[in-house]
Amino acid sequence: MDMNQYLEIFIDESKEHLQEMNQILLELENKPDNLKLLDAIFRIAHTIKGMAGTMGYSKITNLTHKMESLMHEVRTGKVKVSEKIVDILFECFDALEEYVENLIANGEEGALDTEDLVNKLAFMISNGGDVETEKTISNSTAETEEETNGEHRFSIEFDDITKNVINKAIESDVSIFKIDVILDENCMLKAARSFIVFNKLESFGEVILSKPDVELIEDEKFDSNFEILYFTKLDQLTLYNELMNISEIHKIVIEEIDEKIEVAKEDKIINVVETNDKEIDKISNKLEKKDNKKQAKKASKTVRVDIERLDNLMNLVSELIIIKTRLEDDGNKQSERRTSEMHETIEYLERITTSLHDAVMKVRMVPVERTFNRFPRMVRDLSKELGKGINLVMSGEDTEVDRTVIDEIGDPLIHLIRNSIDHGIEDKATRIAKGKDENGTVALRAYPDGNTVVIEVEDDGNGIDSEKIKQIAINREILTESDANQLSEKELINLLFNAGFSTAKKVTDLSGRGVGLDVVKSKIESLNGTVEVDTVVGKGSKFIIRLPLTLAIIQALMITLKEEIYAIPLNNIKEISTINSEGISMIQDQEVVLYRGKTLPLIRLGSILDTKDYEKNVGDMLVVVIKKGDQEAGIIVDELIGQQEIVIKSLGRYLKGINIIAGATILGNGGVALIVDSNQLF
Amino acid sequence: MEDIREYVVFKIDNEYYGIDIKFVENIEKAQSITRVPFAESYLEGVINLRGNIIPVVNLRERFMMESKEITKDTRIIIINFNGYHVGLVVDSSSEVVQFDEENIEKAPKIGDSIKNDFIKEVGKENERIVMLIDIRKVLDIVETESK
Repeated sequence: MDMNQYLEIFIDESKEHLQEMNQILLELENKPDNLKLLDAIFRIAHTIKGMAGTMGYSKITNLTHKMESLMHEVRTGKVKVSEKIVDILFECFDALEEYVENLIANGEEGALDTEDLVNKLAFMISNGGDVETEKTISNSTAETEEETNGEHRFSIEFDDITKNVINKAIESDVSIFKIDVILDENCMLKAARSFIVFNKLESFGEVILSKPDVELIEDEKFDSNFEILYFTKLDQLTLYNELMNISEIHKIVIEEIDEKIEVAKEDKIINVVETNDKEIDKISNKLEKKDNKKQAKKASKTVRVDIERLDNLMNLVSELIIIKTRLEDDGNKQSERRTSEMHETIEYLERITTSLHDAVMKVRMVPVERTFNRFPRMVRDLSKELGKGINLVMSGEDTEVDRTVIDEIGDPLIHLIRNSIDHGIEDKATRIAKGKDENGTVALRAYPDGNTVVIEVEDDGNGIDSEKIKQIAINREILTESDANQLSEKELINLLFNAGFSTAKKVTDLSGRGVGLDVVKSKIESLNGTVEVDTVVGKGSKFIIRLPLTLAIIQALMITLKEEIYAIPLNNIKEISTINSEGISMIQDQEVVLYRGKTLPLIRLGSILDTKDYEKNVGDMLVVVIKKGDQEAGIIVDELIGQQEIVIKSLGRYLKGINIIAGATILGNGGVALIVDSNQLF
Repeated sequence: MEDIREYVVFKIDNEYYGIDIKFVENIEKAQSITRVPFAESYLEGVINLRGNIIPVVNLRERFMMESKEITKDTRIIIINFNGYHVGLVVDSSSEVVQFDEENIEKAPKIGDSIKNDFIKEVGKENERIVMLIDIRKVLDIVETESK
């Protein structure tokens, strides 16, 4: 059978499970005795083991199997949750993640060797409490009791039909048992051995269900144990003895189901022979919780969709919008003859395309939680590594952004958070000396703001000293002293984002710092976003990232320069105005105009873009005021065409990295207009 | 079959040039081209090809030949070279020619013409000589990548 078709599903699901595990591990660190969390880790390890087993990924199976065993010991109290255990679980988690990454990259588990880890796990298991010791089975009661204390975990699950069958059977005089048959490790012919077990069972009753399926058992596709749901008139002890008579069986665990499953909420669900009542209550309580959890999980129905299909859908919507624009154009041309019906039809079409666009956009939206999820772990590791106490406060995790953004924004955020912890937050002693809380706080916030999403990374550390930056800039010959002296504090701080600056500054600091803030900046700008810093020396700093909600379709102002048409994203436009060339004065070779009480630098776009037949506009002229953060500038244009919804198209690989041009869009008449990235004009 | 190579042949002035057919996606009539600022001088601009933006290189400019008005014969040859989709503006193009390996020779160096860089081989067909162009060189793709 071709497994490739399942690979994607495996990857997706493992990723989800791993993410959950990550969260739980972090929680576990704070609440080491929370049984629910232990259960959850056990469950996840078990699920991944099952999936990996099916796919034939032996390394993953091996590792998760040992994790499962360790968790089992922990849950039964034979091993106490300690920092060591959490650490090793994190190690396992990392290894699993790497395996999955390898699978994504090349469809194979990769060479990562986790034998050490597996051994460590095994060591912990055997040190914490004797599990796998080979107790001779002398007394059936003792054996079962031990299992009860250990609260044997059955992984067999029932669908609703089976549950109904069970419930019906409970009403009759048939006993229902869950049986876990664990074969001897040295058992050679597992399939044959299990066949004997099945045969024996069939002679006394009926096997309803088995895990793995009977076919798989026959093909020997199981580890060393299998679980069975069994109806019989025999009592538990007889059944146990019958089964133990078969050779090469290491262990048999039997649980009776004597309560209806659906209604088994308050009382015990499982009864095991000759155990005391307290134990039973404990078990049933846990099972109850597990049941509740299962139901909660069913709540949201989702479909996995390949992002390519969504892109395709998006492209179709784009086409539709282009045609709509074209229709509008045509309609306008013949405005005199245009009937009101035509008008209505176009408006209707417009409404539909707009809502279709919205709907498709929404499908592409995912909560930033996906990216934020990995940060608690990272902060934990960093704070351990650096010996600084860090509280990470996150808010607005449910803020939604485009899938493409989610994939891209992770690295810049990691960088900013690392920065905050490395350079921003002081060590404990310094903080205490300054009268601050000894633990620093890093806040990560996301919230929507109009047509953009804002993500902030704020720390209450030492802030950024603009004087220091100035000195470094002069020392590194990035600026001359006189130039540097003319810069405002804000401009000095923005130097941090210059290529060559940020990396240089960090030479003295922690090693292994890959990228600089310039990379953060260019990444965010490639997403049509902006990044700013707010900082107060001694109090802390705040990095503010602004990203557009949607990437593919935006509102833009269409303008002309001579014969050429350009689009300027509306996001970046503050207002449109007219000025007279007489009002223009020169400051340091830069044309400026006094506008609303402020000096507004002017940009002659035609000259910058080297438009054919470009001539300096004189007299009254149109100015589009653009903004970037709190900077403003005026672009002088020839004419305004109007506001339009445009579809952003890339210029393609061949024209990658052209200055000032952010992409292109297709006009109603089939022509191409370029999109001006006004942020690059500053 | 192995020793037969197929080329799309086009004309600039009175000379014939060929592009390996495996790089050619299709041949389009000339249409309005939008200039792209800050691009190389030989980059004529971009066109809308059924919803996709395709950069277009003017081969006359690239070969440092005199420019010429667009006529009804002007064609844009759309090529796909290792995932780079680019159009080439040529005077006309209408045929595909098959060359036997034995009819392909190393191009002779002709003075100091810039074309020496772009043309490594020539194909002979009856009396006609077709210059086979090296697309990677023409598009200057190495440089573009390192930018």
